[in-house]
Amino acid sequence: MRELAGWALDAAMGSGAGYADVRVLSERHRSLSTKNGKVGHVGDEESVGLGIRVLRDGAWGFAATDRLDRESIQRTAAHALSIARASRTVCRTPVVLAPEAAHQAVWHGPCDVDPFSIPVDENVGLLLEVDAVLRGVAGVTLAEADLDFRRQHQVFLSSQGSDIEQTRHLSGGGYAALCFAGDEIQKRSYPNSFGGQFQLAGYELIARLQLLANARRVAEEAVALSRALQCPQQVGTLILDSSQLGLQIHESIGHPIELDRVLGMEANFAGTSFLTLDQLRRLRYGSELVNVVADGRLEHGPGLGTLAFDDEGVPAQCTDIIRGGEFVGYIHSRETAAMVGESRSNGCMRAESWNRIPLIRMTNISILPGKQELSPEELIASTDDGVYMETNRSWSIDDKRFNFQFGCELGWEIKHGKRTRMLKNPSYSGITTEFWNLMDAICSRAHWTLWGTPNCGKGQPQQTMGTGHGAAPARFRNVRIGTAYQS
Amino acid sequence: MPHPDTTTPGLSLDEAQARALFARAQEACRDAEIEVTLAATVSELTRFANNTIHQNVAEQHVSLSVRTQTADGRMARATTNRIDPDGIRAVVARAGELSRLQQPDPEALPMAAPQTIVPVPRFFPATAAFSPADRAAVVGEIVREADRHHFTTAGIVANQQNALAIFNSRGLQAFHRETSAEYSITMLADDSSGWAKGNAPDVSSLAPVAAARRAAEKARLSAAPVELAPGRYTVILEPAAVLDLMGFLFYDFGGLSVLDQRSFLTGRTRTKLFGDNITIHDDVAHPLQSGAPFDGEGVPRRVATLVEAGTVRDLVYARQTAARMQREHPDLQATPTGHGFPLPNEYGEAPGNIVVQGGTSSLDAMIAGTERGILVTRLWYIREVDPFKKILTGMTRDGTFLVEDGKLRCGVRNFRFNQSMVEMLNQVDALGVSERTSGEESFDMVVPPMRVRDFNFTEVTRF
Repeated sequence: MRELAGWALDAAMGSGAGYADVRVLSERHRSLSTKNGKVGHVGDEESVGLGIRVLRDGAWGFAATDRLDRESIQRTAAHALSIARASRTVCRTPVVLAPEAAHQAVWHGPCDVDPFSIPVDENVGLLLEVDAVLRGVAGVTLAEADLDFRRQHQVFLSSQGSDIEQTRHLSGGGYAALCFAGDEIQKRSYPNSFGGQFQLAGYELIARLQLLANARRVAEEAVALSRALQCPQQVGTLILDSSQLGLQIHESIGHPIELDRVLGMEANFAGTSFLTLDQLRRLRYGSELVNVVADGRLEHGPGLGTLAFDDEGVPAQCTDIIRGGEFVGYIHSRETAAMVGESRSNGCMRAESWNRIPLIRMTNISILPGKQELSPEELIASTDDGVYMETNRSWSIDDKRFNFQFGCELGWEIKHGKRTRMLKNPSYSGITTEFWNLMDAICSRAHWTLWGTPNCGKGQPQQTMGTGHGAAPARFRNVRIGTAYQS
Repeated sequence: MPHPDTTTPGLSLDEAQARALFARAQEACRDAEIEVTLAATVSELTRFANNTIHQNVAEQHVSLSVRTQTADGRMARATTNRIDPDGIRAVVARAGELSRLQQPDPEALPMAAPQTIVPVPRFFPATAAFSPADRAAVVGEIVREADRHHFTTAGIVANQQNALAIFNSRGLQAFHRETSAEYSITMLADDSSGWAKGNAPDVSSLAPVAAARRAAEKARLSAAPVELAPGRYTVILEPAAVLDLMGFLFYDFGGLSVLDQRSFLTGRTRTKLFGDNITIHDDVAHPLQSGAPFDGEGVPRRVATLVEAGTVRDLVYARQTAARMQREHPDLQATPTGHGFPLPNEYGEAPGNIVVQGGTSSLDAMIAGTERGILVTRLWYIREVDPFKKILTGMTRDGTFLVEDGKLRCGVRNFRFNQSMVEMLNQVDALGVSERTSGEESFDMVVPPMRVRDFNFTEVTRF
């Protein structure tokens, strides 16, 4: 792979590029699912190719191919240069990259058990066991379970001397039980919705998830929801479980802090951001308990955003985003860092695969746990009147990231410090900074989980990326609850 | 004036090449039925923001996907982009190995027999040859339009070539190639914005500069937006807004979705669910449609009448779903319609060439006939809140206006909606002429503008 990358880099620089970088990526993907006692799908996919990014006269060009003979690579490099020439014709300010040292590294992400070493029939067997438990609960009308594994091996070379080889294993899995009962469909998922939990890990993650041990409870909750009370509309106290808080962070902190959005580069599709440059170190984003970091380092945990270097060859870093409630940081590329006068990128450029350019993407955007010992049980016990919500069901936010609305799978009424009645169709809504300023408690480190969001879409052509979000259960006061069913 | 570019790659798959690759795969497969799906893409996209081209990309790739199936119905799929002899042998072996590890499936059907497929010509050499310089020239004109208004603009100009082939060991052969060209343009003013988008197989049928003018006009007219209270309003939905909402309906029209009881049509097929003025077909051969005329097994797509005068009529079926539906609900007289996804899969099928029957009105007439209402250009971040009531939530975006006394009065701050689609399609009181439409939340369709009574806006945002 290094030889291919070298050919591409030489061809680009030899054709007049002022700067070039090349990524050669080989990816393997296995996905499996079961549904109602049968295999849904079993698939195994491999893909290898390279992408060449060039700057010429301050304008970008990018071309990618999976034809990996020398002639095709040279033609692809020439095409990248041709594209850059076209870009130059509608370019007002030449691109400048923030400085970055040349790095040479070989890095392997954490993986105790290679997921591709596990026989497929063992994968399917586990899913069918889960499926049988789910369907063993009367009232379950549909049971779905899945596993997903990826191995990404990438070589990055740049004309500034970087030579970086990284290998990442990504694993995930989960299941859902659905209950159709007359005029509604209820669903419970485990350990999270939309495919379950995902991390930078090998097959050891699947054992940690305790899929079988939770299946009966999850199925029973799906059936119970069909008979539960409708979540009332009110303004009141809201407690979110850590997975829902993770998605809340993703949508209302992770995306607004992307500096390309702030600078208008995503205005046509993903949108812009309310976090204009004048807000930095001025805006009170949340209460004093709100401390958020963007941390791609392994020290933060095995998240979907954990890496050694981003796809511009910048080392993973930890950046304070919100400190004691104050907004203090964006996530960058080398280009946007230079545009706003930062001395260096904080390493958040990531590409979906070899055929796409890197974009500013979340690494692991996490809220730090509370410093005082606090368990979810203690949090509920200290709440007189409220609603607890768990596991996302729907999510939506405007294109500047002010107004959001989330629906969850399961709610519980809280009265006098106790969970009382189950509530179906719970939802809540708000304005981002108002909401984060309403947070008055967050659980401590022992209850903090680094969740994986595998399906974040951004860019044109659209790219799907996995991001990490560490969160612990937290409480918010005076929140609009039940708005999704407001008629 | 076109700007030829000799570095632009051509599409790397024609029918003869596809047949040769299939033959090589078939040679490597000894003990099972085999199906090979080949897909090749050349895709180029120029992206601009702040009146500058800031991203400009091209990619070419090909994939070879193998499904093998044993006599007792065990099947699996393996995919590669290594199409040299070693790569093909390896992917066939991997698919076979995965198949043999499965459990037998007595419901699995043998692979599809040879089919008669009516081609739909959708490959336009001018679109394929549209070069980076051609796209930059279009962007330059859009930027000049923005400059004229002192606006900033962001968007894309893109073109693509695709080829798709499906061959199987029972002799089925299906091949399709097409081109597509697309623009999407946002014009940003100080406190307002406007948007327009178009997509077609033939680049010469698009008019991006005229669209840029429309987007700029929307940004100009919606300046200084006022805040209105949320509530029930008459809304006039432009076609892109209609498309974005309608797109959330159609997975529920798959037969397997109904059998799995995950569809809002569970227990509701052949019932009157919507207003008399709602008729919806799926028709791949419609002159304003795009896409291949066969499904993931190579079965030709048939016209399906999904909704007729408000009554849910046809579901769509993959072969295996049709067989199961015949056993479990013989009254529905299910037959394969050519809407199946590639096997194996757990979702069955869905319609993808939606044509919503229009009416005789127009956007202008709807505005002129509205005493008080909201004109919606585009919707954003739509998600399903309730799968059976089919409540969707989302936001308006890039051109939301108050209509009073038959005229656009002013721009308004964007709303959040929570709206049942079943309810909405009973409250349509005017339909315009259907047109090919592109949005950002769903696939391209042929849809009309609509006026809807009592649309449920539940919150207002800050801009």
